[in-house]
Amino acid sequence: MRLYGKYMLILLKCQMQYKTSFILTAIGQFLSSFSAFLGIYFMMTRFNAVNGFTLEEVMLCFAAVLMAFSLAECFFRGFDTFSTIISNGEFDRILVRPRNEIFQVLASKMEFTRIGRLFQAVLVFCYAIPASGIHWTFDKIATLILMIVGGIGVFCGLFIIYAALCFFTTEGLEVMNILTDGGREFGKYPLSVYGKGILKFFTYAVPHALFQYYPLLYLTDRSDSKLYMLLPLLALGFLIPCLIIWKIGVRHYRSTGS
Amino acid sequence: MKAYRAFFRIRFTAGLQYRAAAVAGIMTQFAWGFLSILLFSAFYKANPAAFPMEFSQLASYIWLQQALLAIFMPWYLDNEIFALIQSGSLAYELVRPLDVYNFWFVKNLALRLSRAVLRSFPILFVAALLPAPYGLTAPSGINAFLLFLGSAVLSFMLVVSFCMLVYIATIYTMSPLGIRVAALAATELLTGSIIPLPFFPDKVLAIVRLTPFAAMQDLPFRIYSGHVAGSEVWPALALQAFWLVLLFLLGRAWLAKGLRKVAIQGG
Repeated sequence: MRLYGKYMLILLKCQMQYKTSFILTAIGQFLSSFSAFLGIYFMMTRFNAVNGFTLEEVMLCFAAVLMAFSLAECFFRGFDTFSTIISNGEFDRILVRPRNEIFQVLASKMEFTRIGRLFQAVLVFCYAIPASGIHWTFDKIATLILMIVGGIGVFCGLFIIYAALCFFTTEGLEVMNILTDGGREFGKYPLSVYGKGILKFFTYAVPHALFQYYPLLYLTDRSDSKLYMLLPLLALGFLIPCLIIWKIGVRHYRSTGS
Repeated sequence: MKAYRAFFRIRFTAGLQYRAAAVAGIMTQFAWGFLSILLFSAFYKANPAAFPMEFSQLASYIWLQQALLAIFMPWYLDNEIFALIQSGSLAYELVRPLDVYNFWFVKNLALRLSRAVLRSFPILFVAALLPAPYGLTAPSGINAFLLFLGSAVLSFMLVVSFCMLVYIATIYTMSPLGIRVAALAATELLTGSIIPLPFFPDKVLAIVRLTPFAAMQDLPFRIYSGHVAGSEVWPALALQAFWLVLLFLLGRAWLAKGLRKVAIQGG
């Protein structure tokens, strides 16, 4: 953990060397998620409700997913650019070091410019938490935190799979974007909006709904099942198969040389 | 003219080589379009009266948008041009007996077109087979289709002239980051790539319609499905042509000014 802190400090200092670039990229991140927000706002003011959810409830959902995604992207970004680590032979160096390889990939890159997105998520929370009309008891606060934690876990798991597939293909697979970027884009709205089939897919195949839709039901008093509140913890279990795929990938690894 | 044509052909065939990437792109775009349409259908169920267009018109809009992504998306920029501005290879561009503006313009047209050729047809084909009202429907008439083609060509060139401004700005600032960020953030929402423009609140829409961004993809898509028809079409096309000429001339003048005192980076 101390080593991770050191890595983090170095990467932070490194990115701070290019301050203008850092600030502009962060602003860009903020603006792009702000336009996503405006998209929701325009739609919700026109239609008032979608699938029974109001603007404030959709905003909670949007902010939770956005926050989970931006935190996951900030700290687990190393997996996202993993194809370059493989193709330039950097992974050979990682393997000979006396540290866990996942740890090293994790620590190799952090994207602090995601603070722009995070800021947008915080702003939306600031408005939606009081405006949603939810009575914020201890359970409700815990649910919201669990949603974010579960979301970080699921996005992180997807990044790991994305990286693990590079062992087999050397190139990154663009199709995975449907689950990562797509998960963020379409997770703006509660997943039930897309119909039963899609909801099932995002429950059993990829557990986006476990940290998004079901806890939101508990949060907005549509269901009082404590199970729904705890489902994000189950979503964290998604990391286990992801890590297994990763292990298989590492065993399969053959250096690309150079 | 012959030189540009030859160059166009080279870039175009080079672009056609990336077939595996195209397959991945097609699947991504298809899933994206599919989920967007499901989302809008939920809104449609919530309140059909608030829907600003027919549902089938919206479906066509989304499918055309996904299929022609490489043609109309302003953020699809040529990294080679940024690299040569930053590395100083810009000098080589100036030595060539070609006009730099036209040269880059053609390069971008070819790059986008080659990507679109590989990706658009499979998406359009599958989208046309989907059951109504979720699929791509035929254009609302032969007249509408011809106007769509005309407007699409104008949009295509308008998008490229807009990208040219981004490249040219980089000659002044040297780092593409800031400009790219600003250009991207402005265009994504205003061109209708997040939600189609007809879903904007009326007051906002009235202003957005006057900007060049509304002419970058929204107009041809709406002409296709007959959402704009009759006497409304011609003024819109005129505005589109006006923006194209303005951006084109602006880009040329700005580039000429920039090249007069260009500082070539070493290396």
